[in-house]
Formats: sequence, C-alpha cells, structure tokens
Amino acid sequence: MTPNTDPNEKPGFFDKPSNVAWILRIFYALCILLFVTDFVVHRHIYTSWEEIPAFYALYGFVACVVLVLIAKQMRHVLMRSETYYDKDTEEESHVDR
Amino acid sequence: MWIVDLPPFLPFFIGAIIALLLPPKLRPVFMLLIPVWGGLNLFFTHSLSQGVNWQLMGFTLELMNVDKLSVMFGYLFHIAAFLALLFALHVKDPLQQIASLLYAGSALGAVFSGDLLSLFLFWELLALTSVWLVLARRTDRATRAAMRYLLLQVLSGVLLLAGALLHYRDTGSLSFDHIGLSSVASWLLFIAFGIKAAFPGLHTWLTDAYPEATATGTVFLSAFTTKVAIFALARCFAGTELLIYIGAAMTCFPIFYAVIENDLRKVLAYSLINQLGFMVCGIGIGTALALNGAVAHAFNDVIFKGLLFMTMGAVLHRVGHVLGSDLGGLHKTMPRTTMFCIVGAASISAFPLFSGFVSKSMVMAALIEQGHDILWLMLLFASAGVFHHAGIKIPFFAFFAHDSGLRPKEAPLNMQLAMFGAAVLCIAIGSNPQWLYQLLPWENSYVPYDLTHTLTQLQLLFFSALAFVWLNKQGMYPPELRSVNLDMEWFYRRLLPATATRVRGVVSTLWCGLRDWVMDHWHAMPQMSPSSSYSAAQLTRRMAAVLAILLLLSYLSLP
Repeated sequence: MTPNTDPNEKPGFFDKPSNVAWILRIFYALCILLFVTDFVVHRHIYTSWEEIPAFYALYGFVACVVLVLIAKQMRHVLMRSETYYDKDTEEESHVDR
Repeated sequence: MWIVDLPPFLPFFIGAIIALLLPPKLRPVFMLLIPVWGGLNLFFTHSLSQGVNWQLMGFTLELMNVDKLSVMFGYLFHIAAFLALLFALHVKDPLQQIASLLYAGSALGAVFSGDLLSLFLFWELLALTSVWLVLARRTDRATRAAMRYLLLQVLSGVLLLAGALLHYRDTGSLSFDHIGLSSVASWLLFIAFGIKAAFPGLHTWLTDAYPEATATGTVFLSAFTTKVAIFALARCFAGTELLIYIGAAMTCFPIFYAVIENDLRKVLAYSLINQLGFMVCGIGIGTALALNGAVAHAFNDVIFKGLLFMTMGAVLHRVGHVLGSDLGGLHKTMPRTTMFCIVGAASISAFPLFSGFVSKSMVMAALIEQGHDILWLMLLFASAGVFHHAGIKIPFFAFFAHDSGLRPKEAPLNMQLAMFGAAVLCIAIGSNPQWLYQLLPWENSYVPYDLTHTLTQLQLLFFSALAFVWLNKQGMYPPELRSVNLDMEWFYRRLLPATATRVRGVVSTLWCGLRDWVMDHWHAMPQMSPSSSYSAAQLTRRMAAVLAILLLLSYLSLP
C-alpha cells in the first residue's frame, strides 16, 4: 500500500504539538503524584528491596533505560540485513544447481 | 437432545468435515456455531461425565478426563476458538478454515486426555493441523518457516512418544498425571513439553513461524500450542524447581529482542515467550497460589495476546505488512483498532483494572512468599520491559509515531467485533477477577486489589513509560530499522547448513583424490593387448580384486 495523504486533510489531534505537550504535562504530573504518594501512604513491605523509598518507580525507570541501552548494543552484534537468511538460501540453491 | 456427553474435540472434528461439504457462503456461519455449541455442551455435561474411553491396540485412550484444570482450559479454548473464528469470518480459503477447526479441536483433545498416548495423538495433530495456517500464506518465506516449524514440532512429538513408552516400561502406567523430574523418561517428556512451551533455546520455531502465518492464522496459533504445553507442564511437573529458573530466563531474554525487532508480529511473538515465562515460573514454584497464578495468566494471555495479534492482523490485512519502520499515524483511519490495541497493551502490561494485573501479580506474590528475591527482581524487570515493548512500542509505532502517510480503511466489521469481544473480556476479568478465580483449580484466597499492589504497579508502569519518553526526547531510543536479528535459529539456519556445505566440500575433495589415486594405479597395471589375450587381463584384475577382498575379510575375522 502506498502513502496517499490528502493535502486537504485536517490535521489530527495528535498532529498539533501543543496537544502533545499537554498530554505529556499531565503525564509528568501523574508521575510526580505517584512518586510523592509513596512517601505519604504506608505500603506493605515484603522484601528488603522494597524498603528503598519509591523503589518501584526508580526500578521501573532504571530497568527500562538499561533494557534499551543493552538492546541497542545488541544490535552491533546481532543485526543483519533484512535479506540475511534469504541470501543464504539463494546461494545454497545456486550451489545445488 | 442437543446436549450429549462427548469428548470436546469431536464437535470440532465432525464440524470440520461438515463445513467442508457445505457451500462456501454458509461455511463461516456454521463454523462460528461449533465453539458455541461445544462450549455449552461442556458447561452442561462436564459434571455428569462418566469419561469416554476408546480401545486402541490393547491400550485404553481416555478422551474425557474431567477435572477443574481441564475444564478451565476447555472453556478457555472454546472462547479463544470463537473469537478467532469470528476474526477470520471473512476468510474464503477452505484450507485455513478447516485447518483452524481441526487445530482448535486438537488442543481441546489434548487438555482432556487422561493418558499419555491420547496426549501424544493430539500433540502431533496440533503440529500437523497448525502448520497449514503458516503454509496458507503461500509465500516462499512462509513455506520455509512452516517446514522448520513442523520439524521442531514433530521432534517434540517423537520425544513425547519415547518418553511415554519409557515411562510405561518403568511404572506400568500411562496416566497423564504428576510425574516429576527423575527418570530418563521424565526428562524426555520434560523436553518434549519444553519445545512446545518455547523454553530458551527451543523457542525459535515460535518467533520464526508465527510472524510468517496468515493475518488470521497467527491469532489461532498464539492461543493453542503453547498453552497446551503450559497445561501439560502444570499436570506433570508442578513444583519442579528447575522450571523457576527456566521461567525467569524466559521472561527476560525475549524483551531485549522485542525492543530491537522491527516486524511487530515478531515483537508480539517474543513477548508471548516473555508471558509464558511467568507461567512456567509459577508452575515451578508449585504452591497453590503460584499454580493458580500460572493457569490464570494462561487464561488471560490467550485473550489479550490474541487481541494484540488481532490488531496487528487487522493492520496486516489492510496495509499488507506490519513493519514498525514503515507504519505510523494509523490512528487517523483505524481509530477503533487503535483503541482495541491499547486495551490489549494495557492488559499485557498488567495495568490495574485490566486482566494481566489480576493473574501476573499472583505469580509475583508467590515468588516473594517463597523467598526468591533475585528471581523476583528479574520478573519485575521483565514486567517493566513488557510494558515497554508490548505496551508502548506496539501501539506507538503502529498507530502514532511519525505519520507514515498510510491511510488504510478501518478493519472489516467481523474483525472489529472479535477485537471488541476480546477487549471486553480483558476489562471484565480485570475489574471482576472473581469470575476468573472461581474457575481456578486450586484453593484460592488471593486478593489482587489492595493499596500496595495497585500503587506499586502504577509506579512501575508510569516510570517505565517515563523512561520511554525520556529516551525518545534524548534521541537515545533505537529507531525501528529493517533488519534481521540473529537468534538461536542461526545455528540451524546458518551454521548447520554452512558446516554441511563445507563438510560436503571436504568429502568430495577427498573422494575425488581417492578416485584419481585408485584410477592411476588401475591404469598402471600391465595392460595386455586386448585383441590377443583380453580374458587374461580381465582374469588378472579379478584375481587381484578377490585377493584384496580375502585379505580384508581375514583381517576382519581376526579375534
């Protein structure tokens, strides 16, 4: 399917940078709220890790950053062209002939 | 008169034959009625069932082994079959139609099997019927992937048969019940189940074949094969400690691949392994809470993973591909599919009020209860990771991100209805977990919604999302690239063929050398003029050959 944008098309809700900025602002506010709640509410502690203040928030953030950074490095080792395996089979069938 | 005590696979198998004979216009509607009728039949008769046994070569096949575990999976597979058939209602290809009915029937046969021999029959039928859903894509790539898929699936079946027979020799019993990891036979069964459950290293058939199947085929595939394996592990290997470590590994390694994978259905295939990891872990812990968590998560996963595969199937159906690098902005013309995808994403990420939350937290709680702190941290990492790749990446790159300029039509009505049904189930189970909990096979008193659980889960998810936003703003998020990422399949798709080619080269060089050497000496033998004494020359050669053979034989016969 080829792109077929209509030049007269009205820009959508997410096309306006101001709308996106507002969504992000609300999102940041919720994050702060959740972070602060951790110090207000008494939550149950099951493991020693959970005694760290705002453990889940910090862990979630760090985990995802580490995940993405490692995955990026994995690309250097694991990434091949889209036709990597196809080429292989072509060569093979060539040899067979 | 309509309700009879039948093994649940029979309506599907008989239905498949009838469907084949029906005119193409009637066929889809008729197919849709099969899981409805089968499900009602199961609901009304399972408590009265006397068991259905067939005799085969001196063995008894128990085809209707009813307990809470099999009934729960029975309901699940009827729901999954109904939703998937509805999603595929527009498909006109009889191959896919019949294969999907037989496939769903085989899964039902497997979970109601009372003995390992019946399990083996349905185990192999699962492989033989599902492969057509990949082949039906009718591309060269899909055909090759289907053959690799079939090879590993049949290997699993062979191991299962060998394990079952050895187990019979050891114990004199073929009953499909708790076995535990001890004898050679149990190890064979363990690996057979492990292949279908996508243990690390044995998982490549899944990430290889599922993204190559048809748009509707993957929805069926994601529901049955792996969940039958989870069922079998829960039956035979509950409480096997090794499974905890295997499960933890399964939750963690696929998420790295999922982050850098471009084909969005392959991202979902990796995240399927991640979800299976939670279930395998729960089975390994083996407490009532953990086992309930494992099977409850299997139940939810079939629905929300099915929903996610449906949304990507809808995109594939309309756009013709699901490459993250070439999609984006589809929310403008596929708003409903976008909404359904977000519901699926929220469910798989275990947002409170969505189905994943009420089952995944059971496994996490069981891990803490047993004092596995490090493994708990691994699973928490995987929970954050799954939100990152399945919860954000899938909806974001497909429906938002940069505008790709693609303006496909909204998904066909039947697809929308199927996605709607799955989305409603995700939210209904998530907000009323007692509906699911009353089906659970073991004693259960778990309360998912308390302040601690809800707050900590929200913190984990929001700050994972914050990491995504931050990495994107910093330009550190890896862009979607058209590429292939090497996985374990490299060993049999690249290393093994390359080694074979090289070995063939060496052997053929050696063979040619040997042949030349022999021919040289052959020709060096005294030649007599053929006209005068041809027979004498031939005689000499034959005698020489016979002498050589005699010499060889005398060597061999030495004590």
